[in-house]
Order: sequence, then C-alpha cells, then structure tokens
Amino acid sequence: MVSLSAHSEPKTEAEEDKLPAQRFAPVWLAVLLPAALTIGFCFALPTIIHGGSIRIAYDWVPSLGVSLSFMVDGLSLTFALLITGIGTVILIYSGSYLACHPHLGRFILYLLSFMVAMLGLVLADNLITFFVFWELTTVISYLLIGFDHASSKARRAALQALLLTGAGGLALLAGLILLGLAAGSFEFSAIIAQGDAVRAHDLYLPILVLVLIGAFTKSAQVPFHIWLPNAMAAPTPVSAYLHSATMVKAGIYLLARSHPVLSGTEAWIWSLTLFGAVTAIWASILALRQTDLKLALAYTTVTALGILTMFLGSEATIAVAAAVTFLIVHSLYKAALFLVIGNIDHATGTRDVGQLRGLAGFMPMTAIAAAAAAFSMAGFPPFLGFIGKELKYEGALAIASEPLLVAGAAVLANALMVAVAGIVAWRPFYGGEPATATHPREVPLRRWIGPAVLAALGLTFGLAPSLIADSLVQPAISAILGRKETVKLALWHGVNVPLLLSLLTFALGLSIYAVHTRIRERLTALGARLPFTGDAAWDRLIAGMRALATAQTGLLQTGLLRRYLLTVFASFALLIWASLAVTDAWRPPSAWPDLLVKHWVVVALIVAGASMAVVAHSRLAAICFLGVVGVGVALLFIMFGAPDVAITQLLVETLVVVLVAVAMLRLPRLKPDSARPNRHRDAALAIAVGGAVTVTLIAVIEEPFDRSITTFFERASVPEAFGRNIVNVILVDFRALDTFGEVAVVGVAAIAALSLIRGAARRRR
Amino acid sequence: METVLAVLVGILVAASVYLMLARNLLRFLFGLVLLSNAANLTIFAAGRLTEATPPLVPKGMLGPTETVANALPQALILTAIVIGFGLLAFTLVLVYRGYRTLGTLESDAMRFAEPAADAPPSTITDPDGSAL
Repeated sequence: MVSLSAHSEPKTEAEEDKLPAQRFAPVWLAVLLPAALTIGFCFALPTIIHGGSIRIAYDWVPSLGVSLSFMVDGLSLTFALLITGIGTVILIYSGSYLACHPHLGRFILYLLSFMVAMLGLVLADNLITFFVFWELTTVISYLLIGFDHASSKARRAALQALLLTGAGGLALLAGLILLGLAAGSFEFSAIIAQGDAVRAHDLYLPILVLVLIGAFTKSAQVPFHIWLPNAMAAPTPVSAYLHSATMVKAGIYLLARSHPVLSGTEAWIWSLTLFGAVTAIWASILALRQTDLKLALAYTTVTALGILTMFLGSEATIAVAAAVTFLIVHSLYKAALFLVIGNIDHATGTRDVGQLRGLAGFMPMTAIAAAAAAFSMAGFPPFLGFIGKELKYEGALAIASEPLLVAGAAVLANALMVAVAGIVAWRPFYGGEPATATHPREVPLRRWIGPAVLAALGLTFGLAPSLIADSLVQPAISAILGRKETVKLALWHGVNVPLLLSLLTFALGLSIYAVHTRIRERLTALGARLPFTGDAAWDRLIAGMRALATAQTGLLQTGLLRRYLLTVFASFALLIWASLAVTDAWRPPSAWPDLLVKHWVVVALIVAGASMAVVAHSRLAAICFLGVVGVGVALLFIMFGAPDVAITQLLVETLVVVLVAVAMLRLPRLKPDSARPNRHRDAALAIAVGGAVTVTLIAVIEEPFDRSITTFFERASVPEAFGRNIVNVILVDFRALDTFGEVAVVGVAAIAALSLIRGAARRRR
Repeated sequence: METVLAVLVGILVAASVYLMLARNLLRFLFGLVLLSNAANLTIFAAGRLTEATPPLVPKGMLGPTETVANALPQALILTAIVIGFGLLAFTLVLVYRGYRTLGTLESDAMRFAEPAADAPPSTITDPDGSAL
C-alpha cells in the first residue's frame, strides 16, 4: 500500500513538481522500517495473547549487572505497536509534508532514531538499558523540537524540553539504581516479583520520589508541563508523534512498568491521583484558552497524560483497563488530529480558529478524518473513545480511596475534551466561509490517508473491541498489575452510572462548546491577571542560574595569581587541618632526641637564611640568603649519609643563584615588601600551611617504618645490577625509566625556556 | 632529629608560602626555591635519618654489612632536585619574558589574557609597544 500510494498519487502540488525524483527513494525506504517492524511485532501477538512473554538478553557490562536485555510482554507490545504503527503513518505523512524541505534527510534520520530509541525504551528489561534509551529519547527530542534551528523560539523550546526532561532523567537514574539495589536485580522481569520487598524497603520512598520525578517531567505533569506546549515549535509530524505514541508516553510507560513494584502505597496512590487530576483539569482549562489549533491540541495532550496518571494511581483492574484503553484511544486520535491540523496549516497558511470556517467543502477527506478522530476524542459511540470513556467512569467509581475526586476530575476533563474536540476538529470545517489569504484545497492522498486510517482504526476498534481486548488490552493490564486479568470491552453495558455520567459529559461538553468563545475571553482576561506563568518562571529560573554562574566565576576566576594561590593554599591548610581533626591522626612527638651542636648550627643557619630571604629588601641579599638555605640543606644531606644528594644540591644551588643573578640584571629592583596589603592575613595563612606540613610530617614519622623496599634494593643492588652505590643503582637501573623521564622534563623545560627567550629577543629587534 | 626536621620543613614552607603570596613575581620565585627545598627535606625526613653511613656496599660483599642510610628517599630526592631545578629555570624565563612583554613584575597588573571586568583589553599594556 505504501509504495502504491507513492506512485498512484499524481503530483498535484506545485512544490512537488519541482522535486527531483530521486528525493523520494530514501523517504519511502525509510517508511519500510517502521512498517516492517509493525508487521514483525504482530507476529509476537499469539505468544502474548496466551500470557507468555519473549525475552532476549546479551551481556553488556556483566560485572555491573548491566545487560542488553529486552522483553516483549503485553505492556511493551502495546506500546511497540503504537510506536511503529503510528511511526509508519507519520513517516508517510512527513515525506509529503516536508517534501521540499532542504533537510528532509536529516529529519527522517531524527524521526527514525527517535522511533528506535522509543522502541528500545519500551522493550528494555534491564534498568540501565532502559535508562540509556530514556536519555536517547530526550536527546533526539531535542533535535526534533529544534529542527527549525533558525528560529529562536524552536531553539528555546528544544532546550527547555532537554533541560526539564534531562533533569528528570537524572533523578530517574538515581531512582532506578536504588530500585535495583532494593530489589536485588536490575531486570524488570525479576524486580516485578519483588514488589512486597521493595515496598517494605527503607529506600522505598526515595525510589518512588525519584522515579516519579522522572516520569512526571517526561509526561508533562503540572508543574513540569510547560515544555510540552512549547515543543509544538517542532514540525507538525513531530508534534503528532511526540504527543501520541512516543516521548510523553514514556513517562506513562514507566508508571505502568513500575506499577507492580511501587504501587499500592498511600504515597503512590495520592501522588499519582492528585498530580494527575490537577494536571488534567488545569490543562483542559488552558486548552480552552488557546486560539491556535495546534496549541489547543497540545494542551489536551497534557490533559490526557493527567488522566492516564490519575488512573495508573489505582490498583483496581477496571481503572488500569481504563488507562490502557484510553492510551490506545488517545494515541490514535491525537496523531490523527495533529496531522489534520498540519493539513489545515499547509492548505490555508493559518492555524487561527478565528479565520478557519467551512473548510469541509474544500478539504473533504481531511474533514472526514478530522470528524472521525474528533468523535473518538469526544467519546461518542460507536468510537473506541466511547468505550475508553465508559471504562474511565467505571474505573473512577471503582477506585476505593477517592472515587468522587477521580470521577469528578474525569467528567470535567472529558467535558472540556468534548468542547476542544469541537473547537479543533468541527468548527474549522463547518459553518461559514474560510477567511484565509489563500484558497484552501485538499491535500494529496499521502497526507490525508494517515489521519484517515488512524481515525478509521478508532471506529473499527469501537465497533469490534474484541480486536484489541484480548490481544493488547488484557495482556497489558496483566503486565501492569502483575497478575492475570480478564476484561471485557463492549460498547453497550446497559443503563448504569457510567452511561449517565457519559450523558452528563456530553451535555456539559456541548454547553461549553456553545459558549466557548465567551469562556475564552474570560479566561484570557483572567490569565492576564495571574501573577506569573510557568513559562515566565522558567525564564527567571534560567536567568537566575546564569547569574549564579557569572557570580561564582567572578568570585573564583579573578585572573589574579595571588587570589588563585590564596585559594590553593587556604584549601590545602583547611583540608589537612580538618582531616587531622576528624581522623585523629595527630601524634605528639615521642621524644626530642639529643642533638649535637653541629646539627643545631645547621638548622639555625637554614631558619635564619629563610627568614632573611623573606624580609630582605634587596634582590642580591635575598639570593644570598636563598643560597645559605641551599647550602644548609646540603650540609644536612651530608650529615645524614646522603653525599650524592648533597653534591647535586650544591651544584643545583649554585646554578640557581647564577641563573637568578643573571636574570636580575635585566629585571627591575624589588620594592620594599612592608607596604604590601593583607600582610597579616598572608602571614597567618603561611603559618597555617607550614604548621599543617609539620604536624603531618610528625604524624608520619611517629608511625612504624616499613623499610622493605629499601631492603630489597640493598640486597639486589650488587647481585642483580652489579653496582655498589645503591642510590646510583636505583637511579640508573631499577628506576631507569623514571630517570629518563626526568631527563626529558629538563629537556622540555630547556627547549621551552629557549623559545621564550628567543621570542623576547626577536620582539626587541 | 626527624622531629626537628619536621619543624624546619614547616618553617621553610611558611616562609615560601608568604613569599609566593607577594605581588612581585621575583618574590614568588624565591618562594618556589624554598618550597622545593622543603619538599626534598620532607622526603628525606619521612624516609628516616641514619647518621653518617652512606648507602654503599663494601667491596666483595653482596649487601651492606651495617645499617646504612635509606637509599630510596635519596634516589627520589635526586630526581626531585633536578625536576625542581627545571621548573625553577622555566619559571624564571617565564617571569623574564612576562616582564619583557608586559613591562611589569607585579602579578596583579599582568592582566593581558584575563582583563579586569572594568577595563577593556585594549587599555591593558600593549604587548609590542612597551616591551622595552
């Protein structure tokens, strides 16, 4: 069918005439992937219907318990079929919608990558694999939302989605790792059986909170919902895909997947019910306020996500059945309606409800698809939406904790959905004449066939609910609840409370629709009086973070050498003193041994030299005092059995003095240091650092000494290296590579110094 | 003796830190010299001291016949002295070149790469003009 439509459709639109023929090939090839995957997943249906599941696992990082394991069960198969099936429709549509876009290839790549990431997410059995795909959807959604990268609005929306869902992703990672530790396994299939253990675990609450943050940011629950309406800056097929089967449903999938493990507690029930209810109602009100068709539709997605979250909060079979059925209903009609709006946008150049009337005469096929999808959205019989809605009411009444709240929220949200369905998919097509600049005309087959097929599925499944009841809904419910469940889907349940609630919904919804322009005016006026909006709060948050970054950079990165050294030395002293205090490592010196006079003389020499070097006003004097220190140190080396070291020290000390003295000839005189600001602070810090070194060194010396390495060198020096000077043998034999490295360092320093001097000389010329 | 050395090292480090915190880069260099001496003495003291017996093996023997000074820290210090010298020589040339280019030894005034927030880069010392 796919390739058939590619050839049978005459290129009516002028834009398509201009296209080179080869441009079509990759697009249609790309459609083959989701189409083949859809068919492939259908082959898994028999296994799933009989209550089985399919699991494939490859080792990835076995030492960390991370494996590339995938599992197909009722829940993941339902999602997989929605992802690939709707993905096929979206790709067919995109090939035509963006036919003349210069980056069509890039777009198709993003879209396919996104589909694969989403598939990996719903099929992953390992927690870490799941998280990797979760993050992949975040990253690729950034690319998709920001596809129109020349527009600053699109870039902002993309970044907002990335930051919000990315932050949620971090929380989720922590939650998943804790979950894995609490359950003793990183495989969902094993964790599901550990529900009681996890719920009784000390870490249960942190796990729940972290996982819910991840799910709520991804699934746009209030107050994290702000990114989703902004994300409609993406091309319409992307919105259709993101809002229907993917991205936002990832959070719902996570809630459903973790249902057997985390659900059933007060915390779970109340957080999901309340967040869901508030999200559903708040978003419906916001949807009513919009004049942009796409934006209105985007807010109803938030409503739907709220409803799904609300029902997943429950343990009742019928409530979960409502969630699963509504998930399928919503995916079908939401994708269809977004594509319809894309058609309207392309055909008329506007999405403003005020200008769009009476399009049905010009775009009959689009109008039919729109109407069918809208009926499903509004929940009219015999569409699947009706069954979904009846289940919702039945489920709401079955929820033990707070049936009135849930039922009330469901009725209100559904009534508002009826109204929005009328605004989005009825009003533009009927009554009046279009007030658009261009003359609208029907889109080509490839662009109405997708919404038509999706809407028709909504009707088919409504008429014959058994098509999905046993194959998808029932296995999915069993997977969510972790026990075998049977549910019957039917259009007619007899006269009961849900039916009465349905009638109430229609009445309420149609009344709202009738007066929706007036309500919109009121809401707009009311909205203008709100102290702030979520989006503005977001901007302020981002601005605040930037200001914080600037402030701390200004504080730490001053560009002043002294400030950096101050920071380094202060941290050094603080860390050493703090760890000495905390670990109680301080040891008082055991004994002050008797020293000979010569020792005291040398020590006094060094101390005097160092002190004079500090206070010296003349450069020459300072160098001399440094020389005194160096010679004193050399004397110490001689006294304590290190003549080799002493010789080197003397040699280097001489070289240093000569070098510094030569440099002095070209450098200005020292200014007296007594005028320096913060002298006392510097002195205090110097004493703190010096004291820290002394105390640490004494603590080291007081510890028993392990001489084994030296003993090895002493024993091996003659037999293995044939040298009697052990120090020399160590340097040129046992640690020859170190010495080689040392020579290399000196060589590099010499080359660098030479080039610096040469550069200075050249500049002078 | 090790304890005395520990105190000595502390004094050297304190002197070197005080010098390195000065604004003049020559004093910074002096501090660097003291610091490398202090580091060498730290290694020496940590390896324990043995008086007047260099780590040598007498002729015809397979190992030292008496307790000799610890050879390992000595080898480490020898490496450290040379590396410290390389570092000092390079820093010295860097200071010299910095003075040639920027005309000052005050580290606070060396703001060519990171100009102060209130001064645009162009008002900082011209690298070519004021070299001499």
